[in-house]
Amino acid sequence: MTTPVPTTSTTAAGDARIGVYVCRCGLNIAQTVDCDAVAAAMAKQPDVAVAKSIGYACSEPGQREIREEIETLGLNRVVIGSCSPRLHEPTFRQMLAAAGLNPYLLEMANLREQCSWVHMQNREGATAKARDLVKMAVARSRRLQPLDEARLPMTQRALVIGGGVAGIQAALDMADNGYEVVMVERQPSIGGVMAQLDKTFPTMDCSI
Amino acid sequence: MTDAGRHPRITIHTLSDVLEIKGNVGNFDVQIVKKARYVDEKACTACGDCAKVCPVVRPDEFNLGLSSRRAIYSPFPQAVPSAYVLNPHECLGNNPVVCSKCLEACEKKCIDFHMSDQTLNERVGTIVVATGLAPHDPRVLDEYGYTRYENVLTSLEFERLVNAGGPTQGHLLRPTDRQQPKSVGFIQCVGSRSARRGKAYCSNICCMNTIKSTLVLKEHYPDMAVKVFYIDIRAFGKGFEDLYTRSRRQGVHYVRGLPGHVEELPDGRLRVAVENASGGTLDYYELDMLVLAIGIEPAAGTHKLQEMLGLQLTSDGFFLEAHPKLQPVDAATRGVFYAGCAEGPKDIKESVTQASAAAVRAIRLMQSNTIAAEAITSEIDPELCKACGKCAQVCPYHAITVDPKKKTPAQVVTAACSGCGTCAAECAFGAITMNHFTDRQIVDQIDAMLEDRPSEKILTFACNWCSYAGADYAGVSRLQYPPNARLIRTMCSGRVDEQFIWHGFKKGAPVILVSGCHIGDCHYINANHWTVKRVEKVRQKMEKRGLRPERLQLEWISAAEGVRFAEVMTRMEQLRRTVTDKEIAETIDLLEK
Repeated sequence: MTTPVPTTSTTAAGDARIGVYVCRCGLNIAQTVDCDAVAAAMAKQPDVAVAKSIGYACSEPGQREIREEIETLGLNRVVIGSCSPRLHEPTFRQMLAAAGLNPYLLEMANLREQCSWVHMQNREGATAKARDLVKMAVARSRRLQPLDEARLPMTQRALVIGGGVAGIQAALDMADNGYEVVMVERQPSIGGVMAQLDKTFPTMDCSI
Repeated sequence: MTDAGRHPRITIHTLSDVLEIKGNVGNFDVQIVKKARYVDEKACTACGDCAKVCPVVRPDEFNLGLSSRRAIYSPFPQAVPSAYVLNPHECLGNNPVVCSKCLEACEKKCIDFHMSDQTLNERVGTIVVATGLAPHDPRVLDEYGYTRYENVLTSLEFERLVNAGGPTQGHLLRPTDRQQPKSVGFIQCVGSRSARRGKAYCSNICCMNTIKSTLVLKEHYPDMAVKVFYIDIRAFGKGFEDLYTRSRRQGVHYVRGLPGHVEELPDGRLRVAVENASGGTLDYYELDMLVLAIGIEPAAGTHKLQEMLGLQLTSDGFFLEAHPKLQPVDAATRGVFYAGCAEGPKDIKESVTQASAAAVRAIRLMQSNTIAAEAITSEIDPELCKACGKCAQVCPYHAITVDPKKKTPAQVVTAACSGCGTCAAECAFGAITMNHFTDRQIVDQIDAMLEDRPSEKILTFACNWCSYAGADYAGVSRLQYPPNARLIRTMCSGRVDEQFIWHGFKKGAPVILVSGCHIGDCHYINANHWTVKRVEKVRQKMEKRGLRPERLQLEWISAAEGVRFAEVMTRMEQLRRTVTDKEIAETIDLLEK
């Protein structure tokens, strides 16, 4: 047994005002998942101030709507059921920051890559799963805490591994922009495979 | 090449290899081994006097063994740096000291037999991985007689033969009789587009490279009979179709079909049997020379670099980008970028485009002298910490300091913490909070999932970098699988606390899956080793308590293994169906005692 499960709230739960937005992503999500039903179920969850489906959450009108509601409804947590957080988490974190909320008060539920696109023949099963995924995100969002990103020093030098045509081009572009570049090449000369070629397409000129 | 060599801000280390990389974006500490050149790089004027007197003759690698060089040599005339290099394994003068002819011949005195390998340490903020490619080795399958017939060449050897700077000064000569061939055939897709014979993927450049070669031949030898044996001609780039048309207009004969058989005739010519797919006939051709359009494979050392930097590979073995459309040159590891064939087969134009993109992505981070640190880090409550030292032991980054003897509570060096959460999972006293992935947050997710109809659901933990990304890849590929799993994302599988698993079973989970990166691929160096140990430990405890240990599964799924993710999901669903309501009720009873 390791960490005992906390039984009492150690966070600001209870004060949470959660906005839940279920993105239809055109039809990418909506053709498999009943987004309105998911939103309606979330509206009944504790601490949820607003729950609705939305055409494209990532679009400018979509983001504007959420930003405005953060202000008018006093939301302090945002849950977005949409594509993978690996795609749009940075987008929505910026949106929160623009609305004056800490970006880490965002939680996403993956309703596209991990739901609508992989259960296309099972609307009922996909909708049930989507409901759970958003509900889990709502539960997690209650416990989210604002986080600060400290600044660390950035060494303004780059390493290029490989001295073929790609490595040379990357090194030149960075060096011409004023950055120091260290290039590492295994062979006794840079040039790579390109240097061995005669003429190159489509210009039919020499490679070196 | 010379621009890079002369650039005041570019330091080139040749004969060098990256030995170790530590640290993170902004501050990578790189250890480089620079092998001895035995020639002073700066003093050497490349006069060549040393090579003239060197008695050792060896095959020239740059010309792929089609010509010879000495033990002290210039790699090729336009080499950067231009300095000569001495191969100590070939040289007679190094040990035993019997020759030393080059030493005497060198006026500048730049040869030094006592030079030794150097270890260099460099600190950099960003890294561009441009490790290139390995040409397909046709000896492995030898289907077209490459090892048996001298007049069968690879496309790279052909390049050297038609190159003005090559071993024949650009005159195409047949290896067996050193006569100009009257007919040349090109065989496409050697090592490509066949999982059975080499690699399943298309190597991208071979069609156009062959078309280019046919044009070079037709320009120099208008009467030469040139044939190309192909499956498809992929001439999709700008200006490519024009070249293909030009090649056909100039009389190059394109035959749709790959040869089934090649045999050598007594005069050194090659008899090729081809099933012509356009005409449906079996054709035979007698050709003076055959050129194999060999494919592109991942470079040697790809795996080593992958492990060093915690990168991911595609199933083809090339580096995997963070997102195929929106972050095509970014690695999932922040501060690391890809350029050229390291990321996949591509031509020069694409390599250059990608390299410029990688440079700009790196500059985007480097333009400020500070960078936002990882906010998702762990914290230790000194009141609860018993200074046992476990957290420091499991931390892959040595980011925790603790003195178990003096009982000083553990402390996290936030700048060094990467946020895997292994420490929090291993702490027996609940003293560690993993920010953004706290116990409370994850337990609440489990509760929300299992609140209703828990017996229908598969509790799945997925790490952000591999298995969660693999699930996304299954989605992008539209692979269909049963909808019973509910994923909980953690940064690393090392975060999955034993307690989460017991809690899941207590709340009625029929089966639980813990998934992460393959061993060796962990984004947090080796944190997933602790995942294995922990899951094993829990399974042993399950067995002791009379629970079926197979209800807890551990799977490694990489970011590129969408198919595998879907298969695992299907398998988990089959496993779930073996767990009865009675079994679940008994488990709950047992765990609540």
